[in-house]
Amino acid sequence: MNDYTVVVENLEKRFGAFVAVDRVSFRIERGEVFGFLGPNGAGKSTTIRMLCGILTPSGGSGTVAGFDIRTQPELVKTQIGYMSQKFSLYQDLTVEENIDFYGGIYRIPPEKRRQRKEWVIEMAGLTEHRRRPTSILSGGWKQRLALGCAILHEPPVVFLDEPTSGVDPISRRRFWDLIYEMSDRGVTVFVTTHYMDEAEYCNRLGLIYRGELIALGTPHELKSETPRSDGTLPSLEEVFVSRIEARDRVEQPEREVRR
Amino acid sequence: MNPRRVRAVARKEFLHVVRDPLSLLMALATPVLLLTLFGFALTLDVDNVPLAVWDQSNTPRSRELVGRFDGSPYFSLRMNVDNYRDLVHAIDSGQAMMGLVVPSDFAEKIEAGRNAPVQLIVDGSDSNTAMIAIGYAGVVAEIYALDLTIEQNQRRGGPSLNIPLDVRPRVWFNEELESRNFIIPGLIAVIMMVIAAMLTSLTVAREWERGTMEQLISTPVKPGELILGKLAPYFVIGMCDVLLAVLMAEFVFHVPLRGNVALLFGMSAVFLVGALAMGMTVSIVTRSQLLSCQVAVVATFLPAFLLSGFIFTIANMPPVIRAITYIVPARYFVAILKGIYLKGVGLEILGAQAALLAVYAAVMVTLARISLKKKLT
Repeated sequence: MNDYTVVVENLEKRFGAFVAVDRVSFRIERGEVFGFLGPNGAGKSTTIRMLCGILTPSGGSGTVAGFDIRTQPELVKTQIGYMSQKFSLYQDLTVEENIDFYGGIYRIPPEKRRQRKEWVIEMAGLTEHRRRPTSILSGGWKQRLALGCAILHEPPVVFLDEPTSGVDPISRRRFWDLIYEMSDRGVTVFVTTHYMDEAEYCNRLGLIYRGELIALGTPHELKSETPRSDGTLPSLEEVFVSRIEARDRVEQPEREVRR
Repeated sequence: MNPRRVRAVARKEFLHVVRDPLSLLMALATPVLLLTLFGFALTLDVDNVPLAVWDQSNTPRSRELVGRFDGSPYFSLRMNVDNYRDLVHAIDSGQAMMGLVVPSDFAEKIEAGRNAPVQLIVDGSDSNTAMIAIGYAGVVAEIYALDLTIEQNQRRGGPSLNIPLDVRPRVWFNEELESRNFIIPGLIAVIMMVIAAMLTSLTVAREWERGTMEQLISTPVKPGELILGKLAPYFVIGMCDVLLAVLMAEFVFHVPLRGNVALLFGMSAVFLVGALAMGMTVSIVTRSQLLSCQVAVVATFLPAFLLSGFIFTIANMPPVIRAITYIVPARYFVAILKGIYLKGVGLEILGAQAALLAVYAAVMVTLARISLKKKLT
């Protein structure tokens, strides 16, 4: 029953005196699309990096696909696909060479590798550009190729850090179709965004603000918790703005804003 | 350590190199350029010392003495002067390095069989060259004196002179005492040290700067696999550089290669692994291409140039400096290259040096492996 792929308890990350992530706790079920929202600098990327095993937490604990992110980061890395905020494929290599490289790194068996490669190229719509360097690709293409390389080895958990920022609406829509496809196959998707329409697509949402998780639930639950004065459901944007403002009112007197 | 992953990393790294032809050209042209520059400019041979002469005697005898100087390959008569002011000016301005003053009574004293002093004024600002030049001048004068003695003896009808001591030096390894033969093998070591460290100093830092490292460390790839894969293409380039340097030594500088060529390349390979791994460690630690490149050049060039025994003899250094030279890997490589090139010796003599070079390579690879953390900071 309790089929959780990501479990986080009081996760904390400090950089010197600055608390980037402040005792955050949540659980994500298998196959869930979990949206992680928050303004820039709220701690979204820091949380994702800790979950990917590439940043050591300062406190708390977490497991991803059953492996401890503190003590077994290298095992965590075998279970995840990570797409960082910045385009992180090799610009001087062609589409195929980038895919081949990650195919080798993930040790995908040769026969399977060919099949996965074709899948990525087709998924990203790069059939005609497979031998072109990735530097010439547009934003949407790059995003889909980066996703393809991150999930080449079919990991059970996928972390996507603002995958659609700076991408046109059509490409964003196609990207979310891919996320749903993965979710349908039982892949857990952890995605950060600050597009409210994308937040609506998620099964569940977490709102992080100044390192703290200030809201957690399905889009419907969050809306119901703060109904408008006329009793209708507010938009997600209204929910988040009111949550953040409420938080600011509580904290303003005692805490200075640090970004 | 998974061979498939190492291969994937190596292949990717090769592609980076191939896609950046300018850097590749630099990597191959730099050693050729440095070897040409240093090989031709750095010579410790003293010959054709410019000579100014004030021949006050102006007799057949005095002209014979001057002729002895000018006729030797070590001196070349640049000017005749007739006063001290001009002589001083010639030395001050560098037109002459040595001034020979023959007194007016030179011939008379010689004919009378008396001691005939001549004055030699030497520009000592370059003490080493001056010292060698004085030595040559002494020999030229002595031989002339000896010939005079024999001549006078014969004139007097005396018995043929028996010279009591006859030293016959037999120079080994560098028979012509060409300083180039001694410089070039060491120069190859110094250049390879710098080039190798520079080659790898960018590779990891570049990935950090471009953001590709963050992706890479989120995969199960192991640090050792990354390092090995990244070393591979630069090792190939480095070996090409060694080949170019050896070819230049053979066909441009005509340095005799007496030892085993396979051993030469084998030792170069061991040295390269260490130097490349050192550059990579710098790259890993600094995470910045510019800083990494600077550190790599400074940390390799100065010690390799000054403390390797390439030109400056280690045995003549003060004990503290001498102790430091033991941690300069180029020291062992210089000794090995000179041994193979000039003496034609093998591992039976160079075994200890070779072992230390291998230890250095192992330490550097381990250091790179330890310093590469798959974590952000």
